[in-house]
Amino acid sequence: MARLSIDDLKKIREDAKRTLTLRSGEARAKVIVHMGTCGISAGAREVMGALLKAIEDRKVTDVIVTTSGCAGLCSREPMATVEIAGQAPVKYADLKPETMVRVLQDHIIGGKIVTDYALASGCETTG
Amino acid sequence: MAFRTHVLVCAGTGCVSGNSYATATALENEIFKKGLAQEVQVIRTGCQGFCAEGPIVIVQPDGVFYCGVMAKDAPFVVEEHLVKGRHVKKLMYTPPEEKSPIPALKEIPFFAKQKLVVLRNRGAIDPEKIDDYIAADGYTAIEKALFHMTPDQIISEIKRSGLRGRGGGGFPAGVKWETCRHAAQHRGVEPVVVCNADEGDPGAFMDRSIIESDPHSVIEGMIIGARAIGCKEGFIYIRREYPIARERLLKALEQARDYGLLGTDILGSGMDFDIEIVQGAGAFVCGESTALMASLEGNAGEPRAKYIHTVEYGYKNRPTNLNNVETWANVPLIIHRGAHWFSSMGTGNVAENPWNGSSGTKVFSMVGKINNTGLIEVPMGITLREIIFDIGGGIPSGRQFKAVQTGGPSGGCLPESHLDMPVDFDSLTEAGSMMGSGGMIVMDDQTCMVDIARYFIAFLTEESCGKCTPCREGLRTSLEILDRITQGEGQPSDVDLLQEISEIMQDCCLCALGTSAPNPVLSTLRYFKEEYDAHINNRQCPGGVCKELIEYIIDPEKCDGCHACVRGCAVAAIMGEVKKTHALDKAKCVKCGACIEACKREAIRKIPRSYAA
Repeated sequence: MARLSIDDLKKIREDAKRTLTLRSGEARAKVIVHMGTCGISAGAREVMGALLKAIEDRKVTDVIVTTSGCAGLCSREPMATVEIAGQAPVKYADLKPETMVRVLQDHIIGGKIVTDYALASGCETTG
Repeated sequence: MAFRTHVLVCAGTGCVSGNSYATATALENEIFKKGLAQEVQVIRTGCQGFCAEGPIVIVQPDGVFYCGVMAKDAPFVVEEHLVKGRHVKKLMYTPPEEKSPIPALKEIPFFAKQKLVVLRNRGAIDPEKIDDYIAADGYTAIEKALFHMTPDQIISEIKRSGLRGRGGGGFPAGVKWETCRHAAQHRGVEPVVVCNADEGDPGAFMDRSIIESDPHSVIEGMIIGARAIGCKEGFIYIRREYPIARERLLKALEQARDYGLLGTDILGSGMDFDIEIVQGAGAFVCGESTALMASLEGNAGEPRAKYIHTVEYGYKNRPTNLNNVETWANVPLIIHRGAHWFSSMGTGNVAENPWNGSSGTKVFSMVGKINNTGLIEVPMGITLREIIFDIGGGIPSGRQFKAVQTGGPSGGCLPESHLDMPVDFDSLTEAGSMMGSGGMIVMDDQTCMVDIARYFIAFLTEESCGKCTPCREGLRTSLEILDRITQGEGQPSDVDLLQEISEIMQDCCLCALGTSAPNPVLSTLRYFKEEYDAHINNRQCPGGVCKELIEYIIDPEKCDGCHACVRGCAVAAIMGEVKKTHALDKAKCVKCGACIEACKREAIRKIPRSYAA
C-alpha cells in the first residue's frame, strides 16, 4: 500500500463510508458478531463459525458477516447485531450456534425478528 | 421569539461522521434564503439512536422523521416541507409494517443512560480494519492537528476541554503535555509518549475493551499527543494477560504504518513518529508511572521517589508523557469536535481551569453482585444510584445493596448513603474512595466488609514490590490483623492499630500503590465499623462469609430428604436416607456452600457459630 496524502485519506473515507452503509452497497444485510474477550470466551467464535457455514450451505450472497468489539452487556454474550438495509438494527443476546442459524433463517432471510433472543432495536447514544 | 417549526438535526457522533453538520448548515442557509429564518429554527441535537440511517433530521411539531439527509437534499426539503408543507416521502423513514415486537434500545435503561464517546465505535466497526475506523471519521483529527494547528494550540485545546487522566490520578492531560513539552525544550532532549495499558485492577477491563473495540482511536490520540509534545517515539505498555487486545494493536499499528499514518513524514506533514508495543509481565505495580518506566527500560518494575516527575526525567531520563488508554482515546474526538463540545458533558466549569470539574464521560466496568455485568460509558456527574440500579439493573436474587467499591484494590467501599453522590474525580476522593481507572465492584448484603478489606490487602501484599518499608511491612501487618479478625481472634485494639498503620502508609510510602493501599481498610472502617466490632467483640460475621465464625445447619422442618445436597457435597459431610431428614456433620463440613446452592427448599442455612465452653 502506497503512503497516503490527505486527499487519499479522504477518498478512502468516502469509499469506506459507502461500503459501511448498506444503503448503497450490494449487500442487503450485515451481521456484526461481537468479539471482545467476553464474547469469545462465551462462544462467539462458534456462533460466527455456525453462521458462516449456514450462509455457505444456503448459498446466501447478499449478507455481510463482520466482527466488532464488546457490545457492553458482557453478561449476555455472545451477542450479534443484525442490520437489514432500511431497518433499525437489532441486537441479539445469549446466542448459541443453533440460535444464530435460526436468526439467519427467520430474520435475515425470512424478515421476522426472532423475539426469543432479540434484545432490542436501534443504536446507542453517542456524544 | 417563538418559532413555528423546529428542525432537529442529529449531532451525535454517528450522524456527525455522516456529515450532519453540513446538512444542518445547508438547511440553515436554505431557510434563510427562503426568508423563513424568523419562523423555522434549526437545532443540533444529541444522538437520536438511529445512527445506521444518519444523518437524521426530525421536523417538529409535525413529527416527521427523515433519514440519510445530505446537504444536497436541503433545498428540496426546505422547499417541499417547510414552504409547501408536503412531506418528502423519499427521505422519510419507512417503519416496518407492524409495530416492532421488541423494545427500542433507548427504552432499555442499560443503554438509555449511557453516552458513548470513547466507545463510540464499539460494536459498530471492525477493529481489525483501518478503513472501518477511517469511515467512522477516524484520522480526521490528525489532519487538523498536523496541518491546521500548532503544538501550542493543540495543548491549549486539550487544556480547555478539561480532559483529566482516566488512569485514576485525574491529572489534567493538557497541563501534563505542556510540562513535558517545556521540559524537552528546556533540556534539549527528545521526549517520549507512552500509553499505559497495564490495567491490573481485579474486575477492571475498560482499557482492554477500548483497545479490542477501537485500537486506532488510541493510536490516533498518541499521534496527536506526539505532535503537541514534539516526540518521535512512543510506546504502548500492555500487559501480557491481554492477548487479543495486543494482537489487535499490532495489526492496527501495521495498517497505520502501511498507510503512512505512522513512520516518517506522516501524511506528507514532515512529522516522524512511530509506536512500539512493550509487554508487561502482569505486575500490578507496573501501572505506576515510575515502575512502568523502569520496566520499559528492561529493569525490575520498581517505583522511585517522585520529587522529580517523569514528565521531566522518565524513560531513559528523557521527558516522558504517560497517559492511560482511555485518556488517549478521548483525544482525537476533542481535536475533531472541539474543547467546548467535550466540556459540555460532565461537571464543573473547566474552560479556565481543568481542575475545576470533571468533563466528558467515563468508562466503567461493572462487576460483582449486579444484574447487568458489563462495560458502560456515562457522562461524568451521573449518580452511583443511576449506574447501579438503572444501568446495572440492581442486585440479583432480590438481595439488598450493601456497598460499591470504586477505583480498584486501592479504592474504597461506599455504602448506600452515598448512592446519590455524583461520580466525578473530586466527589469520590472526598468520600474516601477514588475514580481509579474505573473498575466498579458491587456487593450485596451477603458480603463481609472485613473479608473484602482482607481480600484487597492480600492482593496488594502480593503485588507490593517490597522496595519501601511502609508498604512492604505495613501491608503484611495489616493482612495479619485482618486475617485474625476474620478468624474470630481479633483484639479490641486491632481497629486502632489498623488505623495507625494505614495513616503511616498514606504518609510514607514511596509510590501510589502504597499510599492508596490502605483505602480498602480505611473506607470499610469509616462506613462499616460495626462489622469490625461484631467480628472482634462477638466473634460474629454479619455477612455470613468468614468460615471460622459460621456454621451450617439443616432445618428439619424444611428438609424433605431429596438428597440433592448429599450429591452436591464434596466431602461427604451430609448423611441421611432419601425422603428422610438429613443431618450435617460439622466436623467434616468445609463450609463451601455447595449444599445451599443444591437445596431447592432453602433448608440449609448459615448461622453464627456456637462456641461450646
